[in-house]
Amino acid sequence: MSNPPLSRRGFVAGLAGTALVAGLRPAFAFSAADAKDLIEKVIADIQTIIDSGKSEKAMLKDFEAIFSDYGDVPVIGQLVLGADGRSASPAQKAAFAEAFKIYISHKYGRRFREFIGGRIEIGGSRKVKRFYEVITTTYLQGQAPFEVVYVVSEKSRRFIDMKIEGISLIKSERAEIGAMLDKRRGNLDKLIADLRKM
Amino acid sequence: MKRNPIRLLPVLGPALVLGVLTACSPAPIAEGISDPNEAANRRIFEFNSRVDSVLFASASRAASDNGDTSAGPRRAPLRERVHDFAANTALPSMIVNGLLQGRVEDAAHNTVRLLFNTTIGLGGLFDVATGIGLEERSTDFGETLHVWGAREGNYVVLPLIGPSTERDAVGIVVDFFTNPLTYVLEPPARYWPPLAGPVTWATNRLSYGSAIDDLLNNAEDPYATARLFYLDSRRYALSGGQSGDDLYDIYEEAYE
Repeated sequence: MSNPPLSRRGFVAGLAGTALVAGLRPAFAFSAADAKDLIEKVIADIQTIIDSGKSEKAMLKDFEAIFSDYGDVPVIGQLVLGADGRSASPAQKAAFAEAFKIYISHKYGRRFREFIGGRIEIGGSRKVKRFYEVITTTYLQGQAPFEVVYVVSEKSRRFIDMKIEGISLIKSERAEIGAMLDKRRGNLDKLIADLRKM
Repeated sequence: MKRNPIRLLPVLGPALVLGVLTACSPAPIAEGISDPNEAANRRIFEFNSRVDSVLFASASRAASDNGDTSAGPRRAPLRERVHDFAANTALPSMIVNGLLQGRVEDAAHNTVRLLFNTTIGLGGLFDVATGIGLEERSTDFGETLHVWGAREGNYVVLPLIGPSTERDAVGIVVDFFTNPLTYVLEPPARYWPPLAGPVTWATNRLSYGSAIDDLLNNAEDPYATARLFYLDSRRYALSGGQSGDDLYDIYEEAYE
């Protein structure tokens, strides 16, 4: 492409082309290295957002995009909802997954200030059962470095969980969402509406 | 300070012998939650939260008020010195525990760290070691018990200290009384080493305040959240960075 950096149209066309090619040839095996590549993009995007100096509101929108671009949003929604989601309609499940994406990216995105002047290093990646784990270390000012492991699904080739020093976001949010749902007497639609505002 | 270093032998000697003897296998990593005294634990948790908000909320607010909050949580310079000094005093305990666990490399690593920080770091006031790759290899007697095969036991909330397990609670008591420095220092100074752990913890608490406040206080059930955080991060650390099968079972639900 000889156009300036990468025009939106060119990008979309490229994306469509990739999808076409991917659709035509037999699925190539996803490897631990591919999982690592994915998370490298995630980390690069996080750094770009933090360094952008945009308003908090704009940054939160950008954090949402990370989930949309690299996360398996429907699966994350399904896992967080757990048994509570069994009776939900497909439309409710989809609406919940979207609402959860907004809620979680805002919840963690609001902490972006702590990351200013920090850095994230990507370590190794490994296969555990049907999942790939990419190990990263976060160095923040005035804190001991801590480990964040991204879990990537082999099936969707997108991330489905993040473990901070062994604390799984899916597991802790499953408890959190369960309690929120109890508080709303199991009214999932009410929860969806509330999550979008949090 | 000039006390005979030979006095360390009664502590380090058995540590080495036991370390070599720890051919016994570590306890399996527990899964699930065993909290039979939940009602009592919840009361202690409430008490701790109240103490915490009285002691720390105003202090951490003051700390962030006079500092530049845009840079995130940073320890104020004085608190940073107190933290580094206390953490350095706690290192001999970690070295002994490393030996007791048969993890000679970690013990050696922490020993070199101790030497650097005690000399170039002006008696431990400045942590110069982390910057050159000699980060703290944190451990405690609770981990030693795990390595020796002791099981986790029930979840407990300790007054003022917070989330723990029966095994880790024993570890805290043992660590309190067995910092080798206690036995080589003369009286006024020897009262300090047992406090090193708690002081390190408190100075950390002040700087991590906002992050912990956010996640725990805003949780729907802070007690359950603190329990989950403690057990999962502790088990993860003890297993050398592996999650339990229960987590992968949750992931598998995505394929059903």
